[in-house]
Amino acid sequence: MQNTAYQDRKSAADQKPTADTAVLLRIIKLALRYRVRVAFAVGATIAAAIFQLMIPPLLGSAVDNALGLLSGGGVVAEDARSALVRAALLLLGASVLRGVFTLLHNYNGEAIGHLLAYDLRLAFYGKLQNLSFSFHDRVHTGELITRGMLDLDGVRMFVNTGLLRLVLLTILIGFGAYLLISTDIWLGLLSLSFVPFVAWRSSIARLRLRTLWLTLQERMANLGQIMDENLTGIRVVRAFGAEPYEIEKYDAASEEAMAVAEERIKTRVSSTTVMSYAYFMSMGLVLWVGGLRVLDGTMTVGTLTVFLTFITILQAPVRQLGLLVNSIARASTCGSRLFDILDLEPTIDDRADAKPVELTEGKVRFDDVSFTYAGEGVLPVLHGVSFEVQRGKTLGIVGPPGSGKSTIAHLLPRYYDPSGGRISIDGQDIRDITLESLRQTVRVVQQDPFLFTASLENNIAYGDPWADDGMIQDAASAAQIDGFVGLLPDGYGTLVGERGVSLSGGQRQRVAIARATMLRSAVLIFDDSTAAIDAETEQRIRESLKPHMANCASIIISHRLGALRHADEIVFLEGGRIVERGTHDTLLAENGRYAALFALQNRDGDTDMALQGVAE
Amino acid sequence: MSSLSETERAAARPPRAVVGSQISMDEEMFGAVFDGGVIRRFLSYVRPYRRSIILALIAVLVFTGAQLSIPLIIRYAIDEAIVSDRADTFRLTIAIAVFGVVITINYAANYLQDRLVGLAGEHVIFDLRRAMFAHLQHVALSFMDKTEIGRMMSRLQGDVNSLQEFLENSITAFGDIVLLFGIVIIMLMLDFKLGLLTLSVVPTLLIVRVIWLPRARVAFRRARETNSITNGALAEGIHAVRTVQGMGRENVNFQLYDDKARENMLAHLRSAKFAQAMIPVVDTLTGAAMGIVIIVGGTQVLDSTLDIGVMVAFLFYVQRFFDPIRSLTIQYSVMQRAMASGQRIFEVLEVPLAISDKPDSIDPAVIDGDIAFNDVTFGYTKNQPILKGVNFEVKRGETVALVGPTGSGKTSITALLHRFYDVWDGAVTIDGHDVRDFAKASLGRHIAMVLQDPFLFTGTIFENICYRTASATREDVERAAKVVGAHDFIMQLPDGYETVLEQQGRNLSLGQRQLLSFARALVADAKILVLDEATANIDSYTERQIQTALSRLLKDRTGIVIAHRLATIRGADRIVVLQQGSIVETGTHDALIAQKGLYARLYALNYASFDDIPDDMLQEALSGPAQT
Ligand SMILES: Nc1ncnc2c1ncn2[C@@H]1O[C@H](COP(=O)(O)OP(=O)(O)OP(=O)(O)O)[C@@H](O)[C@H]1O
Ligand SMILES: Nc1ncnc2c1ncn2[C@@H]1O[C@H](COP(=O)(O)OP(=O)(O)OP(=O)(O)O)[C@@H](O)[C@H]1O
Ligand SMILES: [Mg+2]
Ligand SMILES: [Mg+2]
Repeated sequence: MQNTAYQDRKSAADQKPTADTAVLLRIIKLALRYRVRVAFAVGATIAAAIFQLMIPPLLGSAVDNALGLLSGGGVVAEDARSALVRAALLLLGASVLRGVFTLLHNYNGEAIGHLLAYDLRLAFYGKLQNLSFSFHDRVHTGELITRGMLDLDGVRMFVNTGLLRLVLLTILIGFGAYLLISTDIWLGLLSLSFVPFVAWRSSIARLRLRTLWLTLQERMANLGQIMDENLTGIRVVRAFGAEPYEIEKYDAASEEAMAVAEERIKTRVSSTTVMSYAYFMSMGLVLWVGGLRVLDGTMTVGTLTVFLTFITILQAPVRQLGLLVNSIARASTCGSRLFDILDLEPTIDDRADAKPVELTEGKVRFDDVSFTYAGEGVLPVLHGVSFEVQRGKTLGIVGPPGSGKSTIAHLLPRYYDPSGGRISIDGQDIRDITLESLRQTVRVVQQDPFLFTASLENNIAYGDPWADDGMIQDAASAAQIDGFVGLLPDGYGTLVGERGVSLSGGQRQRVAIARATMLRSAVLIFDDSTAAIDAETEQRIRESLKPHMANCASIIISHRLGALRHADEIVFLEGGRIVERGTHDTLLAENGRYAALFALQNRDGDTDMALQGVAE
Repeated sequence: MSSLSETERAAARPPRAVVGSQISMDEEMFGAVFDGGVIRRFLSYVRPYRRSIILALIAVLVFTGAQLSIPLIIRYAIDEAIVSDRADTFRLTIAIAVFGVVITINYAANYLQDRLVGLAGEHVIFDLRRAMFAHLQHVALSFMDKTEIGRMMSRLQGDVNSLQEFLENSITAFGDIVLLFGIVIIMLMLDFKLGLLTLSVVPTLLIVRVIWLPRARVAFRRARETNSITNGALAEGIHAVRTVQGMGRENVNFQLYDDKARENMLAHLRSAKFAQAMIPVVDTLTGAAMGIVIIVGGTQVLDSTLDIGVMVAFLFYVQRFFDPIRSLTIQYSVMQRAMASGQRIFEVLEVPLAISDKPDSIDPAVIDGDIAFNDVTFGYTKNQPILKGVNFEVKRGETVALVGPTGSGKTSITALLHRFYDVWDGAVTIDGHDVRDFAKASLGRHIAMVLQDPFLFTGTIFENICYRTASATREDVERAAKVVGAHDFIMQLPDGYETVLEQQGRNLSLGQRQLLSFARALVADAKILVLDEATANIDSYTERQIQTALSRLLKDRTGIVIAHRLATIRGADRIVVLQQGSIVETGTHDALIAQKGLYARLYALNYASFDDIPDDMLQEALSGPAQT
């Protein structure tokens, strides 16, 4: 499975080498938001390069001075001394300036990187918060976290280690080349003979590294996913004594990642070292050819020495080429992974002319709603579902697992859009309502609620971060969780472990109920939210929520029929179709599926009879 | 809804922050003191690769030697083979040949060094990560309960990576230090006085560092901290995205995240200032050192007390001398980071395995399945017992139901049976042996659990149902799926049993996930079966079908069943009723009903619709003792 994913990526990487530059250009464009700083950084880089280039000639002239003074003989010692002091001061000045400009170059490079990273972080976070459920269904959280952390870093570092270094190296190498060629064109060309080779090697290395980076990121993400799931599902792992199995699974993924990581190192090492080798070879060539020419008398020793000095200017830049190549390859990989996400648009968004909802009767209506989850070969989940429920009324939904109950709960706040039919609130199609106001109107107590690693109070107030303590306590007591909180030493300030591990199943559900009911919305959906709560506590919750329920349209999904007894309408969902509907009494009279279900739960019901009744 | 707009309210009071705000707690969990053993412990992970590392160190020496000798060869070539009277093509060719050999050695050493170090680094990193992962598999659950997974992941990924960076860097650093010493020695040998004079700038560097270091360290630490805070917030935003959207928290969260990200950015800008601040200092000192050589050396040359060649060599070496210092300065932050990371990694590795096998732990091939809780007292936090003197027995082949209000400790009992936690007092025994005497693997094999939260792994349905039971065949899996009534819906999925589940099975309904987790426990084929609300999210009809199929399976197994929907437990041999961590009633269904206690009350509320309950009973129920 991972292998095929790798292949897909690989071929994708091979097919569009241009996309590669497009990504880099896009990063540069983002960096250009800080135009002034970029200009400043580039200026500092150039200045740093210039002062760096000034130092060898200054040194040379200082030595020449000393030599010249020495051979000149007749010069006054005072003059000689002042010449030396002048040279020393110049050198000191150049060094200081080189240092200062290097600082400015590096600091600004880093700064732009961090500013850029800040922008990208916000964009990424904002995008993820707004992308629709259907996106989050498909993509593993670990994958997204990797992109938001590691890939973002790859892009950030590009500014300093890629972009500015490119400027620096171009100047250093370009200037060195200019000096060499202008001194002696043939020998100059000879001393630059390594450049085409290095260019060729580095472009190969860059492509290869890019592919490797892509693969590596993917395999590391896979490894991360295995670790993440292992830790999240730690109770399952322990319950099954599956530690050895998990380690085996980990090892397989780790070895896969390891193979690529090794490959990356080998590629990087062989390309960087061979570049240096090429450089030294051309130096050797210059020494040889130049030496022969000096021996021939067609060249002076002085010129050869100058040549060799100039070549040494190139040494450090050539060594850094490898890093540059690596940085570019990494940035283009990471950038494309990041932009992939940033370019997505939420499939569910406000229409251009969306308005806040106007509530009158508080009536929710499903008209012939059908729905299919995205994916290949997935069967439709809802078929022509219609119902109506208005303020003060309750709709009950029952049905076997997978019959589409939660899906109904997800369609109303537009977590997904129906593929057919129409959902409206007081006559307004929910697609014409702004998402914000729709979701304020419709609150869902999720079947599988997510609790935060935070205090109980912050968990309850999650939907209204400005709620005061009174509101929180009211909600908690309505959800019958206040008694439990009262027993805790830290009360509402007690920390709830990750995803609520430190709470019992029923406590978790009650926190979720408190969280949703605190918000006093016009439509309230309970998606099987008392499954882990005993009947007694459930009754109390229902009692205390009564005043609230009188003011909103509620939909209760439940398997415990006692909870639905007083619903104004109950629909029995099966295979995405409403197969029975009515009140408790009419449904019992109908003697169909609902009645059979009721019999199973009724203390007097003869269960086996009931079972047969349905089977027939 | 309140009439105030969000911004107005924001101005009045900051929002309750729930964006990755628990970081510090995690830091406190581990002992925060640095024990200095990081390097030592790290070295123990390097040891398996010591041959590579030693080879690499040799390569570094060779490489440094080659680097230092290249200028000498060039000088020789010019002086002896080109300029001197004895100059001729032959000498030149020899010189070039030597040069060729040296650069080839240089290349080979460089290649060898980078490759060996790179690969060894990669291996060490993978070893470390694996060691951590393996360690976490056996760390006490009570520790894991308090650990944020995101934080643990950042140790497993981020910290491990910065150690790798360190390893790669430390070899270059080693080369740098060798070079440094080489140069100092050569300079002092060439001309002791001039050498000393040149080196006189070094103490300045040390003084500057002493001032710089504490401040820089604070800045670096702050940058790292804000990093983990920001990443934690990002991770939380991703995990909780459904709740965030459902609760309409996007804007508030974005603001909160913005604050953290901005703080992170500012902290990094500050730390970058510190990191770069040393560069001009070093450069100035380089300039000063060269100035000294030129003025002092030059004067000596003029006085003919110094050879011009020596002065040239000095200038050359001064330049090279500060290069390593420069790169060591730059690497300082890498080392700092690596130290901190190493500390965090080894903290994880040092978390004691609170629950580990005894040396003489037992691992029977088969068990009978007699379970007993003897006076068990247990709690999660000190002084807050959750279970208080719990006593009950389940004989082999029996099925016992645990019933009680939410939070009464039912799940905790099953956790103790599997020794997820150790009891405070009393004992849990299986076949008369304390569970603490069993090997952990043995408990895993003999007890199959359906946990209250159905957790599924990314992977196919088939893989999920088999899970660790590698020997399970397709038939076994299908049989289990049929027992729990999952077969039909599985076959309707696009790829049947090969359908890939998304993370935590979220492309299935919760009931369907529960069925799969149920099937997974059946495939494990253990003597003891624990069902913790295994059918809570499943309708009674489907549940009834499961029970019919299950009753055959449970015949020769020991079962513990927990349910709030009391129909689920009608078939149990005995019912244990818990309230606030104590057993209040035990008996068969009929006996308990006759007793008219808590069970009878729960039962009445459970099965009857409101109207059927006598008023006094309802009143009693609604005014009964507070539930926890
Ligand atoms: N990991 C934990 N850390 C700290 N406290 C815990 C932990 N797990 C449970 N608790 C506390 O222990 C008590 C008993 O919890 P337990 O999960 O055993 O209840 P339960 O009977 O299974 O309830 P439910 O029916 O709601 O699932 C609760 O008050 C709960 O808050
Ligand atoms: N995100 C999703 N992607 C693809 N398919 C899904 C997704 N969520 C649910 N399904 C499928 O849609 C069908 C209906 O699911 P839904 O969650 O609505 O069932 P439900 O009636 O709530 O069941 P339960 O009682 O188990 O909660 C199921 O067959 C399920 O497998
Ligand atoms: Mg559902
Ligand atoms: Mg429980």
